[in-house]
Amino acid sequence: MINFGYTRAATIGEAIQAVAGDPQARFIAGGTNLVDLMKYGVERPGRLVDITRLPLKHMEDTPGGGLKIGALVPNSDLAYDARVERDYPLLSSAILAGASAQLRNAATTGGNLLQRTRCYYFYDAAAPCNKREPGSGCSAIGGVTRVHAILGASSSCIATHPSDMCVALAALGATVHVEGPDGARTVAFEDFHRLPGDAPEKDNTLAHGEMVTAIELPAPRFGSNHSYLKLRDRLSYAFALVSVAAAVELDGDRIAEARVALGGVAHKPWRVPEAEALLKGETPSPDAFGKAADRLLEGAVGQGENDFKIELARRAVIRALSQAAAGTPQVQSNKIVN
Amino acid sequence: MSPAQSGSAPEPVSVTLSVNGQTHTLSLEPSVTLLDLLRERLHLTGSKKGCDQGQCGACTVLVDGRRVNSCLQLAVMKDGAEITTIEGLGTPDRLHPMQAAFIAHDAFQCGYCTPGQICSAVGMLGEGHAHGPEEIRELMSGNLCRCGAYTNIVDAIEDARRGREAPTLGTPSLEAAE
Amino acid sequence: MSNVHPYVGRAEPRVDGALKVTGRAKYAAEFRADDMVYAAAVPATIAKGRIVALDLSRALSAPGVLDILTHENRPEIPESDEPYLNDMVAVPGSPFRPLKDDRIVYGGQAIALVIADTHENARHAASLVAAEYEAETPVVDVAAARGEAYDTFEPRDGIPPPPPPRGDAEAAFEGSAIRLRHDYRVAPEHHNPMEMMATTVVWEGEGRLTIHTKTQGVINPKNYICAVFGLDPDKVIVNSPFVGGAFGMALRPHYDLMLATMAALKLERSVRLVLTRAQMYTMGWRPDTLQTVALSASADGALTSISHHAVQATSRYEDYQEPTVNWSGLLYDCPNVSLKYELAKIDTATPSDMRAPGATLGVYALEAAMDELSYELGIDPLELRLKNYAERDGNDDKPFSSKELKAAYAQGAERFGWSKRSPEPRSMRDGKELVGLGMATGCWEAMMQPHSASATLSADGRLEVACGTADIGTGTYTILSQIAADEFGLDIGDVTARVGDTTLPMAPVEGGSWGAASAGNAVRAACKALKEDLLKHARGLDGSPLSNAAIDHVAFANGRIALGSDESQSVSFADAVRASGQAAVSAKADFAPDEDFSKKFAAYTHSAVFAEVKVDEELGVIRVTRVVSAIAAGKILNLATARSQILGGVVMGIGMALHEETLWDKRLGRVVNANLGEYHVPAHADIQNIDVIFVEEDDKANPLGVKGLGEIGIVGAAAAIANAVFHATGRRVRDLPITIEKLL
Repeated sequence: MINFGYTRAATIGEAIQAVAGDPQARFIAGGTNLVDLMKYGVERPGRLVDITRLPLKHMEDTPGGGLKIGALVPNSDLAYDARVERDYPLLSSAILAGASAQLRNAATTGGNLLQRTRCYYFYDAAAPCNKREPGSGCSAIGGVTRVHAILGASSSCIATHPSDMCVALAALGATVHVEGPDGARTVAFEDFHRLPGDAPEKDNTLAHGEMVTAIELPAPRFGSNHSYLKLRDRLSYAFALVSVAAAVELDGDRIAEARVALGGVAHKPWRVPEAEALLKGETPSPDAFGKAADRLLEGAVGQGENDFKIELARRAVIRALSQAAAGTPQVQSNKIVN
Repeated sequence: MSPAQSGSAPEPVSVTLSVNGQTHTLSLEPSVTLLDLLRERLHLTGSKKGCDQGQCGACTVLVDGRRVNSCLQLAVMKDGAEITTIEGLGTPDRLHPMQAAFIAHDAFQCGYCTPGQICSAVGMLGEGHAHGPEEIRELMSGNLCRCGAYTNIVDAIEDARRGREAPTLGTPSLEAAE
Repeated sequence: MSNVHPYVGRAEPRVDGALKVTGRAKYAAEFRADDMVYAAAVPATIAKGRIVALDLSRALSAPGVLDILTHENRPEIPESDEPYLNDMVAVPGSPFRPLKDDRIVYGGQAIALVIADTHENARHAASLVAAEYEAETPVVDVAAARGEAYDTFEPRDGIPPPPPPRGDAEAAFEGSAIRLRHDYRVAPEHHNPMEMMATTVVWEGEGRLTIHTKTQGVINPKNYICAVFGLDPDKVIVNSPFVGGAFGMALRPHYDLMLATMAALKLERSVRLVLTRAQMYTMGWRPDTLQTVALSASADGALTSISHHAVQATSRYEDYQEPTVNWSGLLYDCPNVSLKYELAKIDTATPSDMRAPGATLGVYALEAAMDELSYELGIDPLELRLKNYAERDGNDDKPFSSKELKAAYAQGAERFGWSKRSPEPRSMRDGKELVGLGMATGCWEAMMQPHSASATLSADGRLEVACGTADIGTGTYTILSQIAADEFGLDIGDVTARVGDTTLPMAPVEGGSWGAASAGNAVRAACKALKEDLLKHARGLDGSPLSNAAIDHVAFANGRIALGSDESQSVSFADAVRASGQAAVSAKADFAPDEDFSKKFAAYTHSAVFAEVKVDEELGVIRVTRVVSAIAAGKILNLATARSQILGGVVMGIGMALHEETLWDKRLGRVVNANLGEYHVPAHADIQNIDVIFVEEDDKANPLGVKGLGEIGIVGAAAAIANAVFHATGRRVRDLPITIEKLL
């Protein structure tokens, strides 16, 4: 880890100005990912701009019946918030499936979106990596690929996005509020993260100096018909090999609306509206869920070691949708997958 | 020009924080983590460095009552915070009930993850979401124990949670230790 | 704790417990000195080749930097291997030494040591050291090196080579109707103790050093450092009172010790070097091992042949060995046995002993194969083991000093409910999950080493016992206190045990499960010697009521030496001490294993491990819901700490079965998951019910009847779990860990 300068920002404007004016500067809030990456020498910022004092710690109801969550709300506060537990239990569950209680206490809502990949080679500062050093090559391809992407990868990068929370946010159709030197804007969640293409160094569509200020959720729906199912190499405190956020709205015994997003399989939470559309009007069944899973996984391709993820994802989608349709969501402390 | 590019030392930052009830005003380089501040500058070595990456929990302390990995916290960002470390929970003569429960259940071997386990357990009970062994296991999973004392740790925490007297070791039966 | 004797055999709380739970126990990186500086090791970014050029300019001009040591500018160190072989755990070959020359022999090898005023400045400058390499292609895959496997190595001290074949295993195999031959592999592992390797060298002035280093035996780093740097042993103290886990990793001196000492000697200052977690993967590991086991049996289940072949990874520069296949020659009664053990060289650091080295791997393969055989035969797995129960050690053709494995099988099966198991795979369910019950046998040699100890009684009635062994979490402080308290009838609170310092009586490294038997008996002997001395002083008192008493006729209790025949005739400990004319009376004793005994008997600990798993077959999720480990290991000194050791072994066995794997990139030759986030050790959520049984076992190999417990808990655990997974799913996974994809 290198030494760096430090600025404690008192206002949003001050923070943005401090970062926008210095290409080597970065925002820091919870620090749970950035400080780790700095110790590995992956991130080498010249200056950190501390935004933890900014007034972004509140949650408020929106006029449309939704919820706006300040970017600095800690993950644990969000997961255990009474409104979130009641209205957005899928989000709560996904957050609690991730990291550890200590990390969730420190990590923030905005920071969760900005987590960087756990690709082994991204972390190995001595290995070529297009995400870390554009143009240096991808060491993962042809290497140890068990944890890598099966969807949306490119010849430049096969990394995955590590967040659990974001998978739920994708399924719920959240909106990201952003502020930067050129003012404020909103971004639909599916447009926030990007696929690697030939510029894997860009995890998302934020410009330098832009900051996430809030996440907005639409009015609640789905009731108890949701589930977050995470499959990993030990039963807790591990990144997902595959995770699924599923939610359905039932009209009698038929599905009126379905949402499915996958984690651990792509450079961003993976959602395909056409796959969800296949479920409209269907009676919940493994067969119907399987068809949606196939559509969701269309074009999936493995690197060899991670080929299993394609079948695992298919099975996980069917199971998570079954849990959602039955109104028996996965409980994160219970390791029996119902 | 930033310090990373120059050979100059980064500008120190003035920080005031409270550790175990004692106020410290310090001038710190920004790269000093809370863990290294505690261990190397305040000589409170109870908080352990097991990975320095937020992946083991040995460095867990309470910051304003919340359990966090002190290895990932920059000390300069904790200005005004109240820190509680294992040294602040209890002393050998006046053990915190959680510390006593860990001894009674032999909830450790080498002892290196133990301060983190205990701080984490105390933080967890404060959070109020652990209602039994299953939830304790999940919510303590951020604290690795390579000696494998997990079952004893869960028993110790469960006893402390219920506020009941932990069974005392020393009786000549195996069951007593369980 | 109340003064109730005997302490030995009870579940006595750890005497160091209060220090550990309050953060007062001090580990190697927690000692400090005025004027101390910090070091950081810079890792090589290639796995094989040579350093062509080093550029230190940016690092040297970084703030706070005092010096940078490299192979080009380091102080002189000996060329010959001889001084480095003062490591008592060295293996045949040429020991690694950091900054020796420009050669890179494994990934992450230290190429420079930065010394700066603060930890942060050392870390910063370390990131600025630039190196240019001439890289060669490394081989880090033992399967790729298997073609060059060899068995012509010089045997490692203390590791018996496989015994010569008995009978004709191949012919018996060919002639048997029921037979199987399978390959097994356990993924390479790293110890990953929670405490990282660390050395604090305190410069005491005038060439005196006090070294606090993570070690399983203080004498080893002392001997090594004195030999390598030519230091006067009278001027070096190694002190390591607490060790944050080791599991074999801290048996040998590692590069933190040598580099920190080198820096301290050069700068004439105190230096601290703590390795990073990633650097914990640049040294000893449990070697990648390819095994083939062939078994044959008659239709009634009697084994007709056992063949066991292992190819094990070692480094280019040393022939590390462990007893991997020998277990197959002694665990069962079989007339035809063929065992073969080979090494294959790869471009990694030398492997090292890791909890039950050899046995963990070899017994896994044997016990997995035995499970397979039970299905081939249609015989219950436990019954198959009983059918082939060995009453003698077939390797050495000796009787066992004691072997209560049958009792372990019986009590373990009873506690576990083995009789409720339905024999067919896939026949047991619980809701959506398949249920599997599996079992395996475990075995480890009961070893002892010469140890010395002292015992000192002060006039105030406090007793101190001391031995230069280590307590790596096993409970050594506590059992030594228990033994001593019993000898003198003292409250355990009046006893202090000291370990982990080279000023204490000599002990070798603590490993191989020999610590309790060796240090325990040494302390017992020292206490006995001290009692003789005290009695002598007591007898000499004017008008002593004990004037004619022999040691066998007195009892030590309640702070007094009393006649057994008349307790009213006694002398207080205080008076006996005062009679010596000293403030305290001290005695020393040596303990050495009884060689006549070990010539006559084979001494082993045994276990019967039973595991229940529940498997969501569709998703490949495995939960280990119950384990019962029944242990036959002689006398149990402390039921609490003993149980904890077995729990720990079982948990590490669960890790081996389901989670742990060090992943090397075969092109780069580097470990890619060198961290605790991606090298998965079991977490709280992975561990449910583990039940430990100690069966009664009377052993005469040493006066305490102790056999040792550090290793036996892990041996067989992974096999029991893998066997349970087969019983649940009908899928036989022969390469551990059993990760999700292996069940899909």
